[in-house]
Amino acid sequence: MKYLLLLNRATDALPEPGTPAGQAMLREYTAAVQAMAEAGVLVDCAPLTAVSAATTVRVRDGQPLLTDGPAAELREQVGGYAIIDCPDLDDALKWAAAMPAARDCSVEVRAIVDTGGGHTGSGR
Amino acid sequence: MAEVARATGRLDVAEDSVQDACVVAVQQWAAGRVPRDPQAWLIGVARHKALDRLRREARRPAKEATGAAEATGPAGGAIGPARSADEDLWLIYLCCHPALRPEARVALTLRAVGGLTTAEIAAAFLVPEATMAKRLTRAKNKIRDSGLALAMPQADLLQTRTADVLRVVYLIFSEGHQASSGDDLLRPDLCVAGVNLARGLAARLPRDPEVLGLLALLLLTDARRAARTDDAGDLVLLEEQDRTRWDQAMIADGEGLLVEALRMGQPGPYQLWAAIAACHSTAASAAATDWRQISVLYGELLTYDPSPVTEANRAIAVAMAEGPAAGLTILDVVLGHPQLATWPRIHVARADLLARMGRDEEAARAYRTALELEPPAAERRYIQRRLATRDPD
Repeated sequence: MKYLLLLNRATDALPEPGTPAGQAMLREYTAAVQAMAEAGVLVDCAPLTAVSAATTVRVRDGQPLLTDGPAAELREQVGGYAIIDCPDLDDALKWAAAMPAARDCSVEVRAIVDTGGGHTGSGR
Repeated sequence: MAEVARATGRLDVAEDSVQDACVVAVQQWAAGRVPRDPQAWLIGVARHKALDRLRREARRPAKEATGAAEATGPAGGAIGPARSADEDLWLIYLCCHPALRPEARVALTLRAVGGLTTAEIAAAFLVPEATMAKRLTRAKNKIRDSGLALAMPQADLLQTRTADVLRVVYLIFSEGHQASSGDDLLRPDLCVAGVNLARGLAARLPRDPEVLGLLALLLLTDARRAARTDDAGDLVLLEEQDRTRWDQAMIADGEGLLVEALRMGQPGPYQLWAAIAACHSTAASAAATDWRQISVLYGELLTYDPSPVTEANRAIAVAMAEGPAAGLTILDVVLGHPQLATWPRIHVARADLLARMGRDEEAARAYRTALELEPPAAERRYIQRRLATRDPD
């Protein structure tokens, strides 16, 4: 079963690359991602740019309405994601707990619906 | 049901199918057609019903198609011989999975393992049947959609998951033993369900001392059930209970299990709770209770459960062993904890100690504080009785 791990963070931006905080974070994520790759569960994993750089789109009356920022202002925002493929939820929870975000903020584990053919959104 | 769930890979389908099978059984068996092995017959019919359901689902162009695909393998096979007792053990681990909400774990365990109907569970927890049905459906949907394994937890998770299971069984029993809401102090259905679940676990995990400890604790506690309420359903305190109404067979069972568990040399909280319960059950009278031993056991319990509730219990034991003043000193410290300040029972305990010390005015004030915190009805009546004896107004 495939799972999407939503890696939340409480602060908006990633630490500046090159700073000690940035380097420490990079090291931790590299190690966590490498472990997932070695175990053969990793499908994809990446950080996202700051939530303040997000653009939200809503189409109303056929017209796209754009908002500068996230869809909802929350204290915890998605700061990255990982997609893993593992046998069951217990496995997925173990990998989620190993992500630095779980310690710093939170990780939401969502099972991805298997649509069979690869085209998304069918039947839902 | 565990068998059908495993075969189909779907807990919700299994549950519905077992119900269908029972309906067929009632019709056929009432008509005199009782099979030679009723259990195997039921499993067989339930499996057929489950396959029918999955085929019907598969014909709908929906996501459930995957369920049917999973089911064709093992479900196609013949019914095996009688299974060993622990083959269905994974089911209770699944129902008590920490990814489910605590109230859902309790409900699901009672439904899927305890065999209670949704209506019975709803009645026991004083919620409308529709609410309970929704709670159960939501939990079953989560199990299906989130990919919770229909299997025993992996070895490295087993110990913490066993603790999760024991907690749910204990919660079920305690809600029966001392209902947190409603007019009745006791919910005997839940006491019985809790004891049965613990018995089932002990039969399947006979080498886990905490499992035996839990069963011992429930038996030793439940043995006092008949004496715990008077004819009006009001609470009778341990020291005022008619000890001849205690179930001696249950006490003997509980003590035997406790000794067996303690011999394994791995102490734990349920064994300690059971040891405390045993101190009460084996005392010939309230006055003969070994309170010093009980206060020591509560002290040890603090290493596993460093909660203010445990500390409050220790205070009461110390008060009995060394006098009310010593207990009151501990209680007054514990009372500073915000979690406990709103717990009616601690104010009752404090009031009882003050009364024993002859500080009647302070005792009355503490009883009134407890009343203001809206305790359950049976406790409220107890407090009012105590208050009436020292406060003629």
